[in-house]
Amino acid sequence: MQAAVIVFPGSNCDRDVAVCLEAATGQAPIMAWHGDANLPKCDLIVLPGGFSYGDYLRCGSMAANSPIMREVVEQAHKGASVLGICNGFQVLTECGLLPGVLMQNKGLNFVCRNTQLNVTNNKTAFTSLYGAGEEITIPVAHNEGNYFADDDTLKQLQDEDRIALTYAKGDNPNGACLDIAGISDASGRIVGMMPHPERRAEATLGGDDGKRMFSGIVEVLS
Amino acid sequence: MSHINDTPITDELVAEHGLTPDEFQMVCDHMGRVPNYTELGVFSVMWSEHCSYKSSRKWLKKLPISGPQVIQGPGENAGVIDIGDGDAAVFKMESHNHPSFIEPYQGAATGVGGIMRDVFTMGARPVANLNALRFGAPDHPKTRHLVAGVVSGIGGYGNCMGVPTVGGEINFDPSYNGNNLVNAMCVGVARTDKIFYAAATGIGSPVVYVGSKTGRDGIHGATMASAEFDDASEEKRPTVQVGDPFTEKLLLEACQELMASDAIIGIQDMGAAGLTSSSVEMADKGGVGIVLNLDKVPVRETHMTGYEMLLSESQERMLMVLKPGREPEAKAIFDRWGLDFAVIGELTDTNRMVVHHAGREIADMPLGPLADGAPEYDRPHVPTPKAADFNAAWLDTAPDTLSALKTLMGSSEVASRRWVYEQYDSMVMGDTVAGPGGDAALVRVHGTHKGLAMSTDVNPRYCFADPVEGGKQAVAEAYRNICAVGAKPLAITNCLNFGNPERPEIMGQFVGCLEGMGEAGKTLDFPVVSGNVSLYNETNGTGILPTPAIGGVGLIQDLNKAIGNSFTQNGQVIYLLGQTKGHLGSSLYQRDVLDNHEIVAPPRVDLTLESAHGHLVRDAIDQGLLAAAHDVSDGGLLVALAEMCLTHGIGAEIDTDGDTGYWFGEDQARYVVSVAADKAEAFEALAGDVSLTRLGKTSGNTLTFGSSLSISVSELHDIYEGWFPALMSS
Repeated sequence: MQAAVIVFPGSNCDRDVAVCLEAATGQAPIMAWHGDANLPKCDLIVLPGGFSYGDYLRCGSMAANSPIMREVVEQAHKGASVLGICNGFQVLTECGLLPGVLMQNKGLNFVCRNTQLNVTNNKTAFTSLYGAGEEITIPVAHNEGNYFADDDTLKQLQDEDRIALTYAKGDNPNGACLDIAGISDASGRIVGMMPHPERRAEATLGGDDGKRMFSGIVEVLS
Repeated sequence: MSHINDTPITDELVAEHGLTPDEFQMVCDHMGRVPNYTELGVFSVMWSEHCSYKSSRKWLKKLPISGPQVIQGPGENAGVIDIGDGDAAVFKMESHNHPSFIEPYQGAATGVGGIMRDVFTMGARPVANLNALRFGAPDHPKTRHLVAGVVSGIGGYGNCMGVPTVGGEINFDPSYNGNNLVNAMCVGVARTDKIFYAAATGIGSPVVYVGSKTGRDGIHGATMASAEFDDASEEKRPTVQVGDPFTEKLLLEACQELMASDAIIGIQDMGAAGLTSSSVEMADKGGVGIVLNLDKVPVRETHMTGYEMLLSESQERMLMVLKPGREPEAKAIFDRWGLDFAVIGELTDTNRMVVHHAGREIADMPLGPLADGAPEYDRPHVPTPKAADFNAAWLDTAPDTLSALKTLMGSSEVASRRWVYEQYDSMVMGDTVAGPGGDAALVRVHGTHKGLAMSTDVNPRYCFADPVEGGKQAVAEAYRNICAVGAKPLAITNCLNFGNPERPEIMGQFVGCLEGMGEAGKTLDFPVVSGNVSLYNETNGTGILPTPAIGGVGLIQDLNKAIGNSFTQNGQVIYLLGQTKGHLGSSLYQRDVLDNHEIVAPPRVDLTLESAHGHLVRDAIDQGLLAAAHDVSDGGLLVALAEMCLTHGIGAEIDTDGDTGYWFGEDQARYVVSVAADKAEAFEALAGDVSLTRLGKTSGNTLTFGSSLSISVSELHDIYEGWFPALMSS
């Protein structure tokens, strides 16, 4: 399988996620530059965390309009799996692959800490190795992670079982609607999430609950 | 319109530039004539206290700066130490005190940005940030505003750069009411054969400017940092720089890319005194001359004078000297990252700095005197008088032990800093093994099993009462914190924050603290490899407590052996390592429980014991004998025990008992450790002659001590976690 990590100016979790992908697939992913208009055909594309284009204008908005994103959207429509983490989730909502927006945290401050998550849907391409409803620990680190969508969209997400991850009761770090930490598209192939699975993918770093996110997608794709 | 250089050089103008009449005469002697306006500006910043260390140099020379682990000591952008396998740790700590008081967000942010540039200029990738912060009294009307702004600024810059902020310290004292301290430390990792230095060589080599455009921000920032504050200081807001971490992130990546080639001869970040100090330092270190054409400097404002361009402290800029002919490949990299790249001059053989602007030669100065010609002052200093001893009668009205414990756990010095550190990204880069909250932070050297342990420390109360012992203690505590996680302490950086050096008693504090630091560095084989001096930390004539912050760095070979500072399981044996004499002078107990602010002698530091106890702790961790270790510091033994209960919610039954000094004294060279029951015998054998007291065992969810005192871990937790959020929302 071929995996790629998109590198925007200001991305800063690109290396971290590449380390996890290499561990899961046995080969280094393509590091695709934001200004490139062409991307080799990929089975898996990851939009990493960071501050693409400095988060100026609005988080993820300029990245969503970069040349490489036209390719990402096209490959996504043709069946590639896409994971957007943190800033990558913001890019996915800005480019229309996922609904809703990520507003500033309710507490008005950046927050970096471990969060308890529930795997609300273990049938997406990325969550298949978790048990249904399993509680896992993965950290967040963001200033704009407060997921918001109108009532109709939220109802649709619930009805179509597209809420992949929720913060455990009482552990919502940002005020997100319905405690949403991650959602998917209707097919379950495109997932956006605020928590950083790549930061908790080995025991030395305190735990490896995030690792199954990567081994899961590799299993699905191979 | 007349040229700025046509302005007559008057006594008033010289004084405005912060030069004394004697210093000005020296400038004239070096120049062989009266300098023009631009030259006066350049001399004034190069000879400012901030850039020239003229009051401190004499004493800095006495610090230990060498050892087999040292690759580069003080004098470069950052210090470099050998961490084995061809890897080097590159680190430095620097102050951004004055700007952060005037404009807390930008002042703190650009402090973080500046120290990271110092580290990546050397060819290192920054892997960890720490910071040592000091604010005024918690209830002072400005404190919350300053804390919120500084914390947000540190996070705003470091988070965007993608460098984890893994540790530091934050303390409160009324002496900082008008002059907070923001000391930022950055640690990077490089290959020992790819370290880049500032020295510029090769006559005719191109001088290249990269990064952000130059604006008018920060002009005379270095001069501002070399003067006392008064009530009008807020008018200096325009001299605070504005940071753009996004540009610095691009600059980091572009520099790393270029550094992978061999195109660079020398590189220097444009920090304090901007283009002036970077070009002077590079050319002077290389023993060459330099000619600059300011018409080529990328600017973001119109009608800037040469004077303004030379003195601007706009952020995110670097100066490089390239091998001739390598400009196109270098430019291609910076173009790709969307950064300015301009050849603005070349090296000459004149040992002079010549500057052209708008068709006119605006400055022609000898480099040697600019770089090193500032007078070295042996300022008058008087030793700090010997402080009185603790008066036992003060304890007559003391509250009971349990109340005192609660007071200390919720005090401004002990209470949880979670409110602060959760605003910092402490995990980005995926190598943070132990972030904020431990004795030392631990960051893995990427792709290895090695880890760097880092800690910042100083107790200004001790330094005020006894500078020599306080200076020793700051180094010893950094040493202890690094040992407590299992790492070997290797070297330190320092950030020496003091008041006005022209006052003999302040200079006496400085001299005393450096004497203590030097002695500790020598005895503990913990040399100083970089640092920064920040003087004139005074407002309206009131100085801060002497605050020589130490940033220590150590190495652990196998990260899997590292331990934390919290009890991990029930049934572990708890030991106190080191002797308890019950020293309460200058303790947190004296300040916060007794509310007694007399100047009292702090605990003495026995460096031989520090070394022996540190070795024992490291050996025991290396042999897998310890489950947890915690340095005993502010608040003494009982506070250390209570802190160890918190993270995992595991209590302890302490069988020993003692008086107030036993529970809250701050005797040095002590650790509390916990040991699995089946390893206790082996640990006691390893300890040999070291003073070891078996205190009790870990148990349940309550801390019991003394004859019948107890407190639940959840109550301790609530007190400990409650203070900071309550402060910031009050």
